[in-house]
Amino acid sequence: MKGIIAALDLHEPSSLDEALRAMRDDGPLTPLAGCTDLYVALNFGTLEPRRFISLWSVDELRTIEKSDHVLRIGALATYASIIQSKLVRKRLPMLVSAAKEIGGVQIHNRGTIGGNVANGSPAGDTLPVLAAADAVVVMRSVDSERRVPLTQFYSGYRSNVLRVDELIVALEVPAVHGKQWFRKVGTRAAQAISKIVMAAVRSPRPSIALGSVAPTVIRLPMTEGALEEGAPIEEAQRILMDEISPIDDMRSTQEYRRRVAANLLGRFWAETE
Amino acid sequence: MIFSLNSSTVDIDAHPMKRLLDVLREECGLTGTKEGCGEGECGACTVLIDDAPVCACLVPFAHVRGASVTTIEGLGGDHPLQRAFVEEGGAQCGICTPGMIMTALSLGEKPTLRKVREGLVGNLCRCTGYEAIYRAVRKA
Repeated sequence: MKGIIAALDLHEPSSLDEALRAMRDDGPLTPLAGCTDLYVALNFGTLEPRRFISLWSVDELRTIEKSDHVLRIGALATYASIIQSKLVRKRLPMLVSAAKEIGGVQIHNRGTIGGNVANGSPAGDTLPVLAAADAVVVMRSVDSERRVPLTQFYSGYRSNVLRVDELIVALEVPAVHGKQWFRKVGTRAAQAISKIVMAAVRSPRPSIALGSVAPTVIRLPMTEGALEEGAPIEEAQRILMDEISPIDDMRSTQEYRRRVAANLLGRFWAETE
Repeated sequence: MIFSLNSSTVDIDAHPMKRLLDVLREECGLTGTKEGCGEGECGACTVLIDDAPVCACLVPFAHVRGASVTTIEGLGGDHPLQRAFVEEGGAQCGICTPGMIMTALSLGEKPTLRKVREGLVGNLCRCTGYEAIYRAVRKA
């Protein structure tokens, strides 16, 4: 850590316009915000020397607001601000549940939703919530803004469709109809990385998203379809176990993950009746 | 770079990407803030930035520009929380103690046991089994 620090360069824009111009003119730059993921890599010495841009002072990205029926959460909204937001509590309570279990108060005060999306860990706790809620990632460059559904944002393990001159500026979540449900399974509620994490919405067309069972967060269209058509939950659980292909890693085994995912589906269904 | 450190305005020269933890310990000579895991899991390096507890190992120095930083030294040694930790045996090896106290500062007056347990979830202790720490925080 101490050895490489001198080789690190940091841009510090104070507005979004300034940040976007730097992304276009001085790139490639790696954006940093609350640093709760990035500095872990830095401390371990696994971060290659490169140039960074700090978004922490770009306050216009912190806003949480509602327009028409869309909840718009600025990329720089911290977990603490999400937990405290009356708007999020009312419209997307499963995101509040996820934010509460991400870490202790120290992480809540620094970690941002945009960072969780950009980091793209398969175990990112807000990602199943955003996927189940049909959230859209809003990306901006100097001369354009575009929107991509979260489920199409990732192109593979920790890779995404963000262009080199673009920043994630917000997550937009349409109105969610139906009962929301979230459960994280780890060795400890806070501070532990998920073995498996599920977010789901109980409606005539149920939506179910899982983290930690694939290279990216996934929706389960076959399982959702079966439940929509009125299949018994036992059958939906069997379909789910065929639909996912988790792996063995240091946190868990694929067999455990498949079984627990099916159990979580059962819980979701029983608890949202 | 100018910021407020334990209620005094200071001007410290360090790399903007240097960890706040290292700036506090090396440039500022304040070694009360401890390094535990270096990855935001253990809370030993907890300090307050504008009254909010954060892990100083995960904060680039650049992010405290113009902010107010409070470390364990800022409590002066005779703070009610510090006294309660001594009286209740809330410290053994002592590495987690400054971080525990800094996080506990944000819990407000007379927190319930549940609030203390939830509030300190990001601070790990490997000695005490937590009970003495919870007693100390509730007593202070």
